[in-house]
Amino acid sequence: MTAYNFAFLDEQTKRMIRRAVLKAVAIPGYQVPFGSREMPLSYGWGTGGVQVTASVIGPDDVLKVIDQGADDTTNAVSLRQFFVRTTGVRTTTRTDEATLIQTRHRIPETALRAGQIVVLQVPIPEPLRWLEPRETETRTMHALEEYGVMWVRLYEDITRHGRVETAYDYPVVVNDRYLMRPSPIPKFDNPKLDRNPALLLFGAGREKRIYAVPPHTRVRSLDFVDHPFKVEAWEEPCALCGARAVFLDEIVVDDKGGRMFVCSDTDFCERRRAGEAPR
Amino acid sequence: MTEAPLLGVRGLTRYYGERVGCRDVGFDLWPGEVLGIVGESGSGKTTVLACLSGRLPASGGRVEFRRRDGSMVDVLALSEAERRRLARADWGFVHQDAREGLRMSVSAGANVGEPLMALGARHYGEIRGAALEWLAQVEIGADRIDDMPETFSGGMRQRLQLARNLVTRPRLVFMDEPTGGLDVSVQARLLDLLRGLVTDLGLAAIVVTHDLAVTRLLAHRLLVMREGQIVESGLTDQVLDDPQHPYTQLLVSSVLHP
Repeated sequence: MTAYNFAFLDEQTKRMIRRAVLKAVAIPGYQVPFGSREMPLSYGWGTGGVQVTASVIGPDDVLKVIDQGADDTTNAVSLRQFFVRTTGVRTTTRTDEATLIQTRHRIPETALRAGQIVVLQVPIPEPLRWLEPRETETRTMHALEEYGVMWVRLYEDITRHGRVETAYDYPVVVNDRYLMRPSPIPKFDNPKLDRNPALLLFGAGREKRIYAVPPHTRVRSLDFVDHPFKVEAWEEPCALCGARAVFLDEIVVDDKGGRMFVCSDTDFCERRRAGEAPR
Repeated sequence: MTEAPLLGVRGLTRYYGERVGCRDVGFDLWPGEVLGIVGESGSGKTTVLACLSGRLPASGGRVEFRRRDGSMVDVLALSEAERRRLARADWGFVHQDAREGLRMSVSAGANVGEPLMALGARHYGEIRGAALEWLAQVEIGADRIDDMPETFSGGMRQRLQLARNLVTRPRLVFMDEPTGGLDVSVQARLLDLLRGLVTDLGLAAIVVTHDLAVTRLLAHRLLVMREGQIVESGLTDQVLDDPQHPYTQLLVSSVLHP
C-alpha cells in the first residue's frame, strides 16, 4: 500500500483535523467545524470517526475497533482491516491493551485508563436539531446557553410515558457548559463519560463536526429533580459470563421464542469467561 | 405619576432602505398601563413593536426599560445575549398567529412550561402544577393539558399562547393583533379574559391593532400612527370620542356600526 500516505489521509488534512481536535479539547463539548474529506466508505459507516482516528494514530499505537460492543461485526472488521493496510499498526480486541479505540454505539465495560484515546462515530452531532432546524439559531442557542427547550423533550416523555423514554444518544451537559450528544451509545454508558480518565473524541463526517470530552471532565445527563436520570437494568445476569450491571444484548436462539441475554461487550465477556477480567 | 416609567421611548426610527418604517416615535409607558397603537396597515405599528422588543434592529433612537432592580437599560444598546435574557425574564410577546408563538409539536402543558424551563425550572411536578394553574386562568380545562395545540380551536390556541406568555410573570407584554383572525364572539371572550388578567396582574402592555373596538376595551392610552409617525396620542376615550387630527377623524368615522 505504498501508493497511500500513512493512515490514508494526506499530512495537510491530518494537520487540519488535529487543529480541530485541539480546539475541541480546549472547549469541552463544543462542536468544532472541520473540512471533512471523502473517505473510501459511505456516510453513516463512520467516516467522521475514521478521519479522527487516522489523524491521531501513530506507528506505535495499538488499535481496537468496536461496533455495538463487538469486535467481530462487519463494520468493526472492515475498519480494523483498513487501518492495518494503511498504517500497519498492531491491533487488539483487548480494551486494556489498546491505546486507541474507535467505537460505534458503545463505551467498553472495562474501565478505561489515562493515556487511552476513544474515538466515537457520530451521525448527528447537534443535540438541538430536532427542535430547531436552523444551524444559525442552534449556534446562537449554544453561544447563549439557551438549553431550556431540551427539558421540554424530557417533559413530554414523562408526560406520555411516565418516564424519560430516550434510551440512547441521551443528551448531556459537558463541563457545566455545552449541551452535547454523546453519539448513539445507550444511556447505560452515559455515567462512563463522567470524569473518565481517557480522552474521548467524537467525529461526525457528514455533518463535518468534531467535539471532545477531555480526561476527568464532568459530564451530566439531563434530568428533572423529581425524575432523576436512571440507567437500564436487567433482571438476569449475562447468560455466558454471569456478569451483572453490564449492558446486555437480547439474542434470539431458536424459532420457538427462545432467547438469551449476553454481554454486548464481547471482549469483556470473553475475558471474564477466561477468568481474568475485573468485576 | 410619581413612579418612574417602565419604558421610555425617544426618537425611535427605522428605515427600510430609503423608505421609512417608523420615524421619531416617542412615548412613556408606566407600570400597569395598557397602551394601544392604532393605524391602518403599513402605518408602521408592527415595525415599532418589533423594534421595541428587539426583534428588528432600529436605525436610531433610545428605548429605556426599567429593570426589576430599578436601574434603566437601553434595550437597543444591549448585546443579543443580554437582550434575550431580559426578554425571557421580563417580557411576553403575543403573536397574531398563535402558531408563531406556540410550539405546535408538543403538548399544551409543555408549551406553558417551556418558559419556566428556559428560566431554569428543573422540577417536573412544579412545572406541571404551574401549567395547570395557568391553563385554568385562561379557561382551558385541566383535561386538555396533554393535548397538542394542533387539536385546539383558534380561540383556545390564542388563550394557550397567553398562558405561555404570562406564566413567567412578565412585567411587559407586547401584543400584535391579539384578536386578529378570530370570530367576534371568540374575540369578545378573549378580550374579556385579557382585560381581567391585565387588571389582576397589573401588567403593562403594548397592544398593536387596527381594531378600534379592541383598544376601547383594553387600552388606557392610544397612539395613532400614520406613515411611520405618531399623529395623535391621548387617553383612549378622548382620542376615539373627540379625534383632533384629520386622519384620526377619518379612522374613527370609518368604523362600521351594525
